[in-house]
Amino acid sequence: MPVMTLAGTDVDVDAEGFLTDASQWTEGVAAEIARAEGIDELTDRHWLVVQVMRREFADKGTGPAVRALGKISGVGIAELYQLFPKGPAKMAAKIAGIPKPRGCI
Amino acid sequence: MPDRIVILGGGTGGTIAANRLRRSLPEGRADIVVVDRDDAHVYQPGLLFVPFGMAAPSRLVRSRARQLLRGVELVRHAVDAVDLGAGTVALDDGSTLGYDVLVVATGAALLFEETEGLTGPGWRRTVHTFYDMEGAAALAGALARFDAGHLVVDVVDMPIKCPVAPLEFLFLADWWLQRRGVRDRVRLTFATPLDGAFTKAVCNRELSGLLAKKGIEVVTELNTATVDGESGRLISYDGREVPFDLAVVVPLHGGASYVARSPGLGDPLGFVPTDPATLQSRAHPNVFVIGDAADLAASKAGSVAHFEGEIVAHNIVRLLAGEPLDARFDGHANCFIESGFGKALLIDFNDEVEPVPGHFPGPVGLPLLRESRLNHMGKLAFEQLYWHALLPGRSIPGVPSHMPTAGKRLAAAALAAGS
Repeated sequence: MPVMTLAGTDVDVDAEGFLTDASQWTEGVAAEIARAEGIDELTDRHWLVVQVMRREFADKGTGPAVRALGKISGVGIAELYQLFPKGPAKMAAKIAGIPKPRGCI
Repeated sequence: MPDRIVILGGGTGGTIAANRLRRSLPEGRADIVVVDRDDAHVYQPGLLFVPFGMAAPSRLVRSRARQLLRGVELVRHAVDAVDLGAGTVALDDGSTLGYDVLVVATGAALLFEETEGLTGPGWRRTVHTFYDMEGAAALAGALARFDAGHLVVDVVDMPIKCPVAPLEFLFLADWWLQRRGVRDRVRLTFATPLDGAFTKAVCNRELSGLLAKKGIEVVTELNTATVDGESGRLISYDGREVPFDLAVVVPLHGGASYVARSPGLGDPLGFVPTDPATLQSRAHPNVFVIGDAADLAASKAGSVAHFEGEIVAHNIVRLLAGEPLDARFDGHANCFIESGFGKALLIDFNDEVEPVPGHFPGPVGLPLLRESRLNHMGKLAFEQLYWHALLPGRSIPGVPSHMPTAGKRLAAAALAAGS
């Protein structure tokens, strides 16, 4: 399992850069992942979504897909795409330090 | 006084739960009532075959009441709302039904109206679905006239029922168009919100290989914002466009509409938060959930409801006896994947073990994750098992509720995880 050093913290990540242990996550780690993904600064709206992702992961063991994320967070899908242009479910999960959403096969 | 068990929904999960409970509890011990708005039980796996003329719609529907054992009552009403505190269900005629134990088995609803344009201009002409009977029958007509152009199968978002069905549709379309001699004039595309044909590594590799071999293109991470049937375009939230001549759309899914009218019962999509092991709802200890209505990560599939049936019935009997719940579901799912030309694959997996090659249920069983005629025969034979073994709440010999590991090449999953 690869280890990366983000914001001075060693974190375990998978091949795509998703944290494999959500407890290693810090706000500094989130900001650094966001910058690598092209988001220079996390706004309050970003943080709202990131918190929803972490809460859903804690409750259900996986982050939600896009529509569910929209309903749960109250942030519309169009705005989610403005906040996380490369795909909200995946990008927000990465920044929130949780595994890639499984998409419920 | 007998306890009253009320089961909302007389589909796969509700029927199995009712019949298993009827077998487990003497009639004086519990009254078992199933609530459903109609008496039409659809064999949903058959919908896939309707557009290709391989199944007649009328043959897929039977009476709900006739699938219930003697001693189970069917109440023909729609549910208005559940009052968890009072332990009552309000029905659409204004009456209420009290319960000691409630089983939510109302499945997943198709939310066509959630996607802009989906049912607008072009609906039932250039834009279709096969996820309900009306849609599957209409698509049969459209396919019969379709002999050139771009056919796109689009999944709007997860979760959906039977996640392999869109792939099966494409495999069958490839075969069916070849048989009609027009395959070289048709472009086939699979548009998915996921980043691959399937989310689990070994299975994704196998299915992606099949798609490539059959010349089916894949567009990944497409979240459909708008379906424009007039100009023939899918438009995604990130601004990409997929042109089509014929779109087969799997709409957004949600829970039954009464869930949203029942305070504390469901999540924002209308699915019911459920303990993945005991299948007890998180809303209330005397509420259980079976099948697609649950918010579980397990697939929304008939096989899952079947395997859950034994767990739900056992735990309800324990609850009524005042004993701790001790049956635990493992997320076991089992799906035949029709691949065209009279062949099919079989996958068998649970929350922990992804689909791998091998044989099911043991070393001399059906081949797993490999195309074979045997699996196709198995898929066809399953229809009879469904009506005569699954729904009556019998166990199928050799097919346990918990996922069997004998016969599975589990090292394949470990290799894939490391690669």
